[in-house]
Amino acid sequence: MPDTPLHLGVSLDGAGRHPAAWREPGARPTELLTAGYWADLVAEAEHGLLDLVTIDDSLGLQSAAPFTADDRTDQVRGRLDASMLAARIAPLTSSIGILPTVVVTHTEPFHVSTTIATLDYVSSGRGGVQVRVASRPDDAALFGRRTIPADRDALLQELFGEAADAVEVIRRLWDSWEDDAIIRDAATGRFVDRDRLHYIDFEGPHFSVRGPSITPRPPQGQPVVAALAHRAEPFALVGTSCDLGFVTPRDTADARAIVAAIREAQSGAGRDGDTVHVWADLTVVLDDDAAAARERLARLDTVTPLDDDARVFAGSPAELADLLADLRTAGLSGFRLRPAVLPDDLQRITRGLVPELQRRGLFRTGYEASTLRGLLGLPRPADRYATAGSAR
Amino acid sequence: MSRRQMHLAAHFPGVNNTTVWSEPESGSQIEFSSFAHMARTAERAKFDFIFLAEGLRLREQNGGIYDLDVVGRPDNATILAAVAAVTERLGIAATVSSTFNEPYEVARRFATLDHLSGGRAAWNVVTSWDKFTGENFRRGGYLAQGDRYLRAKQFLDTVMTLLDSWRGDEIVADKASGEFLRDADAGRFDVHVDQFDISGRFSVPRGPQGRPVVLQAGDSDEGREFAAASADAIFTRHGTLEAGQAFYADVKRRLAAHGRTEDQLKILPATTFALGDTQAEAEDRGREIRRQQVSGQTALRFLEQVWNRDLSHLDPDGPLPGIDPLVVDADAPRVSQGRAADRMYRDPLATAREWRERAAANNLSIRDLMTEVTSRQSFVGTPQAVAEEMERFVEQRASDGFILVPHITPTGLDEFADKVIPILQERGSFRADYSGTTLRDHLGLAPLDARTTV
Repeated sequence: MPDTPLHLGVSLDGAGRHPAAWREPGARPTELLTAGYWADLVAEAEHGLLDLVTIDDSLGLQSAAPFTADDRTDQVRGRLDASMLAARIAPLTSSIGILPTVVVTHTEPFHVSTTIATLDYVSSGRGGVQVRVASRPDDAALFGRRTIPADRDALLQELFGEAADAVEVIRRLWDSWEDDAIIRDAATGRFVDRDRLHYIDFEGPHFSVRGPSITPRPPQGQPVVAALAHRAEPFALVGTSCDLGFVTPRDTADARAIVAAIREAQSGAGRDGDTVHVWADLTVVLDDDAAAARERLARLDTVTPLDDDARVFAGSPAELADLLADLRTAGLSGFRLRPAVLPDDLQRITRGLVPELQRRGLFRTGYEASTLRGLLGLPRPADRYATAGSAR
Repeated sequence: MSRRQMHLAAHFPGVNNTTVWSEPESGSQIEFSSFAHMARTAERAKFDFIFLAEGLRLREQNGGIYDLDVVGRPDNATILAAVAAVTERLGIAATVSSTFNEPYEVARRFATLDHLSGGRAAWNVVTSWDKFTGENFRRGGYLAQGDRYLRAKQFLDTVMTLLDSWRGDEIVADKASGEFLRDADAGRFDVHVDQFDISGRFSVPRGPQGRPVVLQAGDSDEGREFAAASADAIFTRHGTLEAGQAFYADVKRRLAAHGRTEDQLKILPATTFALGDTQAEAEDRGREIRRQQVSGQTALRFLEQVWNRDLSHLDPDGPLPGIDPLVVDADAPRVSQGRAADRMYRDPLATAREWRERAAANNLSIRDLMTEVTSRQSFVGTPQAVAEEMERFVEQRASDGFILVPHITPTGLDEFADKVIPILQERGSFRADYSGTTLRDHLGLAPLDARTTV
């Protein structure tokens, strides 16, 4: 039996994943805050028939230090709000999914829900979100409403629990308008049927939200929710709350263990019947000549070493295709590639890797669906309130 | 002599009875194509900006969600980011509450919107305090009514401090030397005031305008003072020429105390219109639109908002009720919730007395009276007459321009753009084309010094 096609996304951030990327000849470091730069990147990804792009974000300024701010001046600093950027790009594309990163720690779940629903409207059903937590004290200081405890394990437990609550609120709000709530019934003078609008009445330790949303149910019903996961707490978040998890396995065995952890959480949440994609993140440096790719990575690392949470691959598109085919045997349904240099490595994905995978029958040759859920093989879900709330 | 130039903005039809949804041409209030259509119409007509209001909770009345008006809208700042993709010059004005947000995230969104639109962003700062809306948010409805302008002022000042934390020249991105930032402290801020205690580095470098254009609505004394101190444009309600002139003079007079000149704050009343080939035809259309806007049921709901009682048993074609309005404390729940106008009638007993006299004198039913006392169209007439009347308001200092509120989504501005705008352009009172690229340019506001301080 032939292998089922892989799913492929790319992670877009600044001038590329590598901290020295902005100094490459093709880089456009003075344009990182312009819509045109991002429109070009997403158009390239769409040209390559990718499932989706994610747009990275953080509350605070970028930092090379893991848990604190830094004062470096030799790396890209400054970025745009990813949700706004996603909405700005969406009307310029027609098929690719767009997932901004959104921090759910200090922000309002209500705003996140309506923002992503709006993204789904402006993209005609191609919206989603990558949720993340903000665990750094200097992030908390930007809001000034919360102190961050020193015990990191307890903190992460708390933050990912809160993130799961946030996703629950976001999802309930998406469902709080039934699809046919707008009736425009001239006979009775009613624009909406209030029986098809629902309070969500969420109560939790960090927030309570009454609902309903101000925004009608988005085109996909439920836009795609994703999260990056490195450890037990976010594995649980993916399993209980997400449609898509991005993970960072060292090798195939590690990938297998991670997938098992996510499936266990999924099962525990009673979601065995749902599709939860698990994709591996890989940072990629690509060249037709594998040695040239490795030399380029070495050269970039000489400028500023790359310290990445994901596995770093440098080689040819054919070698990368081999690696993906091997890793997928661990139960991964796709990959999110982080181009080390933009637009160079993105173009080598779309013009090198994609044709290579297509030759092997491992990637689509045309967009087969008009929504992101469609591309990911996720059905449009029934509204959770539809039967409970109305006696129709 | 050249005529005084007017500024024009388009209000995307809102979730109230001004918007007529029952007509065949009434389109979606949520699909992006509707927003794109109206924005393109406004840009074709060389408007200064398009404006969207904010919703944070669905309105309720008599214990249920209000269902007679258009309901449901997008997150307005997000949809305006998408509107920026289908327009090139039109300003884009988003409404964001200073109550149910934090300055850091609002500053990020507007700095981003300004970058993504090439300098066309505006922020309509609104304040709210009610517990009802707060039930959708982490921090609930915690503001005493009296504190809302204090918070709004500190909120606005804090957002401006964040936006000014980048001068605009820090990014050098010199590939050869490896210097990306010229200043290791770019974006550094510290704010320690009653409402906010925040510090760190702001993540979005300075946008093309430096700061978004600041809009403010509010006719109260506090609102006027807030606008005089901080806003670039103020929305108001349009009444008679004389009322407009009084408001105009009062607000402009306040500017000097804040070290500002008259041209630094534009006064833009919200304005509705009905056009026809003859005056009589326009008036017929105006009456027809009013009839659609104030149905019998809508009239009863309006009455309930003043009476603060369930009056659904009344006949809208009958007389006003004999019972008096129920007066409650400002913070107490009311029969109608989530509506700014709920608190507009400061003395409901006096309003009731006045309305009864008016109804008795003219033999008006509830629906007749509500059609009269809620706002009719500001300008009714032929395109020529409307253009001249609008000019008169601007020439005689009742306004600096208008925010047009069409009653149909999304085509409600088309006729105005096609018929009235060319006359205004011909007469020299409205631009024939954009002369600048930013919203500040359109509004005739000088560019900000990169080192503006609060």
